[in-house]
Amino acid sequence: MTDTSTAAVAGSDRSAPASPPPVKQKQRGKWDLRERPELWMVPAVFVLVVALWEFGVKLFDVDAFVLPPPSAIAESLWNQLTNDLFWGHFWVTTQETLVGFAIGVTVALTLGTMISQVPILEKTLMPYIVAFQTVPKVALAPLFVVWFGFGLTSKIVMAAVISFFPILINVIEGLRSADADRVQMLTVFGASRSQIFRMVRLPTALPFIFAGLDIGIVFAILGAVVGEFIGAQEGLGYLLLQTNYNFDIAGMFAVLVVLSLMGMLAHLTIRFAQRKVAFWAEENRVIGA
Amino acid sequence: MATQPALADDRSTTGPDAANWIDVAGLHKYYRPRKSEPTHALSDIDFQVRRGEFISVVGPSGCGKTTLLKILAGLIPKSEGEVSIAGHAVTKPLPEVGMVFQAATLLPWRTILENVMVPVEIQKLDRTTHRAKAMELIEMVGLLGFEDKYPYELSGGMQQRAGICRALVHDPAVLLMDEPFGALDAMTREYMNVELLRIWQEKAATIVLVTHSIPEAVFLSDRVIVMSPRPGRITEVIDIDLPRPRDLSVMNTDRAGVYVSRIRQHFNAASVID
Repeated sequence: MTDTSTAAVAGSDRSAPASPPPVKQKQRGKWDLRERPELWMVPAVFVLVVALWEFGVKLFDVDAFVLPPPSAIAESLWNQLTNDLFWGHFWVTTQETLVGFAIGVTVALTLGTMISQVPILEKTLMPYIVAFQTVPKVALAPLFVVWFGFGLTSKIVMAAVISFFPILINVIEGLRSADADRVQMLTVFGASRSQIFRMVRLPTALPFIFAGLDIGIVFAILGAVVGEFIGAQEGLGYLLLQTNYNFDIAGMFAVLVVLSLMGMLAHLTIRFAQRKVAFWAEENRVIGA
Repeated sequence: MATQPALADDRSTTGPDAANWIDVAGLHKYYRPRKSEPTHALSDIDFQVRRGEFISVVGPSGCGKTTLLKILAGLIPKSEGEVSIAGHAVTKPLPEVGMVFQAATLLPWRTILENVMVPVEIQKLDRTTHRAKAMELIEMVGLLGFEDKYPYELSGGMQQRAGICRALVHDPAVLLMDEPFGALDAMTREYMNVELLRIWQEKAATIVLVTHSIPEAVFLSDRVIVMSPRPGRITEVIDIDLPRPRDLSVMNTDRAGVYVSRIRQHFNAASVID
């Protein structure tokens, strides 16, 4: 009986993929330049822009104080990267960013969960959150320096505050987005509130939370650097100001390159974690379901 | 196959009254919206379902058939009357009930097996024995080899079969089905009907199916409850006296045609009133 039914299954479900999507082919296509022209287009754009920049600066005899050629920036970058002093600054900014981000994430997750689960909290707090969200957080940096001093703390607070909001909003939105049919399904099988939260609300929220983390980590870097602008003795933001005062424009660009690499690395780390943890969201988008 | 006699025995051992396995008496449902007139969604619904019976509820949209099923599932409260399943009054979702939904509503972050195990997790039943049971069901519906796949890797028909496994994994006394094949294409739907009959026979299940397909109701059921709207009430209960086991060819017989047209007359009458 089972045998015939299996055969019937194969025959009747024409729309079904006979087997899971061909994984092998997928992997082969991953680095196929014809399949993915961006693999050479992206580096090509980089090379083109750098070349135009280099020769344009030389051709029009642009002052190095205005726009240094990429070669000068590369040289400056190399000097920085081989300098222990630079790595000290780098480490300070990294620390401020990561600690601030961790605090922002923790508070946003806790508060967001509470707000989404307790209606009275939402009604009471949401107006304040929306109001505070409209405040340009960067403008708070001088205040934080007054409150928390010139050390790491004021920058950590800045990074935490500025990364907190996008995460909070996404946590609340994500925990609200659970599909009503899925909740009803669990209810029919007798699920409790906490079971529904764990089995549907939280997984539904994960892609939202990761979107928040993605914005949040980049904001945290921004917060740390802005904090350092206002008052600091170390950090990449401080180094940026120092090179600026010294008219070392190539050095400024070198720091900017490092900062953008930091941001990219952070973004890619979050994306990687998202693909591992909230894998289904990615796949569903591909399928269009 | 080996489990079949055991299940048949289980069926004969009477727990609560097997003739009133599902008992609905004097059921009314009113919706009372705050600012408009209350609607009488269900009026004086009375019926019993025998243990092991396959019963369908048909009617035009707005006749309250989904409301009726949701009351049986314990999802919404009744206004008046008595509703019990396997001797338990229904006031909230009962663990004795399994339900198949319009959409398969599988959880995309769980594999097929993990999806089928959802009721086991919720009701904190023994995982090892029910895991074996889940695998048996997955094999029975022809999904063996797909248990570790994710829902997006399966077609609509296959997802719905996984949904049926999930509804059966905790050995429910009653299986409620809310237009389970409405989203499927006609061919898959016919095939799923045949499958459902096979599952019903193998598991000796008691099934209440809500559908808007009259041929589907005739093909599957022992009895068809015909409902009409405003207020939702039962207009006729028709015994479907077609030989079992059935295959799709039974639908080409005159007798099946008579049942279909008899039910359709109710629909036509209702739409004339509209």
